[in-house]
Amino acid sequence: MSGKETKGGIKQLSPIDVYMLLPKTNCKECGEDNCMAFATKVVNREVSVDQCPSLLTKANQKNYAKLKEMLKPAVKEVTVGVGDSAINVGGKLVMYRHEFTYTNPTAIAIDVTDEMSDEELLSRVKKTQEFTYLYIGNDLKLQMIAVRSTSNDADKFKATVKTVAENTNLPMILCSIDPAIIESGLMAIPKARPLIYAATKDNWKEMAELALMYKCPLVVSAPNDISLLKSMVKTMNEYGLEDLVLDPGTFTSSGLGDTINNFTMIRRAACTMGDELLGYPTIGTPITAWTESTGSPTVKAWNEAYVASMLVTRFADLMIMHGTEGWALLPLTVLRQNIYTDPRKPVAVEAGLRTIGTPDEHSPVLMTSNFALTYYTVAQDIESSGNAAYLIVVDSEGTAIDSGVAGRKLTAETVADAIKESKLEEKVNHRKLIIPGKAARISGEIEELSNWQVLVGPRDSSGIAKFLQDTWK
Amino acid sequence: MPERAKKNSDLELPPEILDLLKGNDELELEDVDMVVDEIEFLYQAGVMPALQRMVASRAKPTSLLDAPFTLPVQKYPGEIVEVTLGATKSQGGSRGKPIVIGGEKSPSFYTFENPTLNAPVISLDVFDQKVPIPKAVKTNFNDAIQDPVSWAKFAVDKFGAQMITLHLVSIDPLNPKPSTPAEAAKTVEDVLQAVDVPLVVGGCGDPKKDLEVFEKVTAVAEGERLLISTVTLDMDIEKSAKLIKQYGHVALAFSPMDLNQARELNRRLLEYLPKEQIIMDTTTAALGYGLDYAYTIMERARLAGLMGDPELQQPMSSGTTNAWAAREAWQTMDPQWGDKALRGPLWETVTGLTLLLAGVDLFMMLHPAAVKTMRNTIKRLTDKRGAADVAQIANWVSTKI
Repeated sequence: MSGKETKGGIKQLSPIDVYMLLPKTNCKECGEDNCMAFATKVVNREVSVDQCPSLLTKANQKNYAKLKEMLKPAVKEVTVGVGDSAINVGGKLVMYRHEFTYTNPTAIAIDVTDEMSDEELLSRVKKTQEFTYLYIGNDLKLQMIAVRSTSNDADKFKATVKTVAENTNLPMILCSIDPAIIESGLMAIPKARPLIYAATKDNWKEMAELALMYKCPLVVSAPNDISLLKSMVKTMNEYGLEDLVLDPGTFTSSGLGDTINNFTMIRRAACTMGDELLGYPTIGTPITAWTESTGSPTVKAWNEAYVASMLVTRFADLMIMHGTEGWALLPLTVLRQNIYTDPRKPVAVEAGLRTIGTPDEHSPVLMTSNFALTYYTVAQDIESSGNAAYLIVVDSEGTAIDSGVAGRKLTAETVADAIKESKLEEKVNHRKLIIPGKAARISGEIEELSNWQVLVGPRDSSGIAKFLQDTWK
Repeated sequence: MPERAKKNSDLELPPEILDLLKGNDELELEDVDMVVDEIEFLYQAGVMPALQRMVASRAKPTSLLDAPFTLPVQKYPGEIVEVTLGATKSQGGSRGKPIVIGGEKSPSFYTFENPTLNAPVISLDVFDQKVPIPKAVKTNFNDAIQDPVSWAKFAVDKFGAQMITLHLVSIDPLNPKPSTPAEAAKTVEDVLQAVDVPLVVGGCGDPKKDLEVFEKVTAVAEGERLLISTVTLDMDIEKSAKLIKQYGHVALAFSPMDLNQARELNRRLLEYLPKEQIIMDTTTAALGYGLDYAYTIMERARLAGLMGDPELQQPMSSGTTNAWAAREAWQTMDPQWGDKALRGPLWETVTGLTLLLAGVDLFMMLHPAAVKTMRNTIKRLTDKRGAADVAQIANWVSTKI
């Protein structure tokens, strides 16, 4: 299959490969100037080949199919749920994030059981649904509810699934190894396309039938046994099932090394060895940390969270968790955001003068570095303080304040130059510069070189609001 | 699936075509198109599902199909250098036990390829003067942090520190009363007296003053195989390297998140120092504040080293304590984000674990709970494969928590 040749990695695909299969008419209907420009965007995954109207006609059917195969991700993309709240998992193009942006951030599901009180059940669903943290312009969220049958009672499970469906649009994972229980759950939400967890070596036939009948994605589970996992995938494919998710088992204490190895081997086989049977999204279950016999709930939540963080880094596309504590989920969701950002995005923002609000000649003047994260954080904090202000972004070669000062990238000279270039002396009627607390040690030198009075601000920009309130009158 | 295949009718398909359709593979369907091109006009809408069922029922396997899995191992032309820190009496120092890091022949913890030769190591931070330290950390050390000697002793005795990083921040010329090189060297001697673990000695970040201090420190600690933190591109590299070589120490080559600068610095150091005396630090940014860049630079450095780049084959070190620069690590936040006494150390832990997976060999850390979790995890990741007990997680789905 032609696809195998391109599975070695995204870099092997050149715009020319795509261009050769395009109509080459430069018709501009896709919005690009010519077919080559379109091909470049296709290779960079900025547009879909479906944007080329001519390619969708019958005459170009073969080339379209070839392009689809050529551009097929090494890890299949699987959709859980339906409509607006559906979640895509997998769809990875590469193994390492520097090769190309990772698609589809690891989806996090929080569990509920069919033996929880309605109160507990609904509060967990609500907490999952409402979890939001604003982090540099993005809302960090949780994605799914995993409903587990601990009762082993089909009616109870069905009722619980129904209750969850009535209270949230989040896609569901139905969890039981008893096909009869899964079936009763599916009957409660026959069109919702939940993910079924899980087909095992003992129940695979029944689970496959259910996945076929209800058109649901299916987890195939083979803890610490990739050979079995592969053989189950092959069998499921033969059954006509393509929307699969792989569960190599998550061992959170002894066996953690095997867990990390299994996820790594699966992803490498898919991305660099062209092993299509392992080219499916993976599911981690850090929730198993809660089944350890010892340890307080806090310790279990801690263990679950740090193992989950390792799985975000090492190739899990979906995870089931139990803990809902903010102290555990915040670092985890921030890490996920970090790992899934575009690595091609520059670390530095352009240096120069920025205005926040509509500053006038009395407005405060603040200074920061041009490290992107520092800049965005500081700008956001000034904005939320409600003050109009000038912000001088000094070229610190993309380093943060403390490392910039320590590494001599952010010096009194660069600050003094930046003040001069900003022409602020024409814009404000004062000569006061507020510098970050972490740059305090160069305050004297700045005063000497710039003839501006330096006010040493807070060490963290979250203190800017209070600082301005106290000092800027 | 090609559009025309959907136009099938109640046409009876010959068995050889059914065979071709088995498995519903796209490519095979394409082949079918070619074979049955002339009967295409007979197809009618809505019959494809019936065909699928027919194919599926015919194809349904009754037992698991075989699909052998071979370990996806690769070969790497390069390997990471082994570096020893600390020297015993017989080796010319006074440390109890030297520590060896590096030596990887695969990306970190790809134990299906190669076992981890030397487990990554954690060094606990000690500062020689008062610095802003998060409360969550301070409470663990009580009065011990009043002076560097008692702090170092406490870290070793109470928390079993494998190494100590002594940060000589008091030498900073921008301090009101910076300490002299002789005073700093005395502190190093005192800490060497108080504990017998290998030592990292850190400067203040001023390239000139640091070198003046290192000149004294390397001499008074001759033979101890200290890790001198840090040597940077804006320092007198020749002089630094020669001091480190002359007195038998190791250089920590620091570059600001830039692989080319990391290469250049290693290249220049290698002119004067054997490769067994260089560790590199490509900068650690906190989780949420640039960890993505730090992670990817380190991962790329390690992969490049393994692929044979001789300038990126040094073991890596991380100032994981930088995790505390994230406000979410130390701030009191809205109650839904929980107790900062847990959030903070988890922030440091997640920062460390992420870089552990990128290939870091030496971690400089602060919070004892983060250190403990890292140590346990390193132990589990370096365990021989096959420690997983399948029975242990077999019933998690139906377990009441």
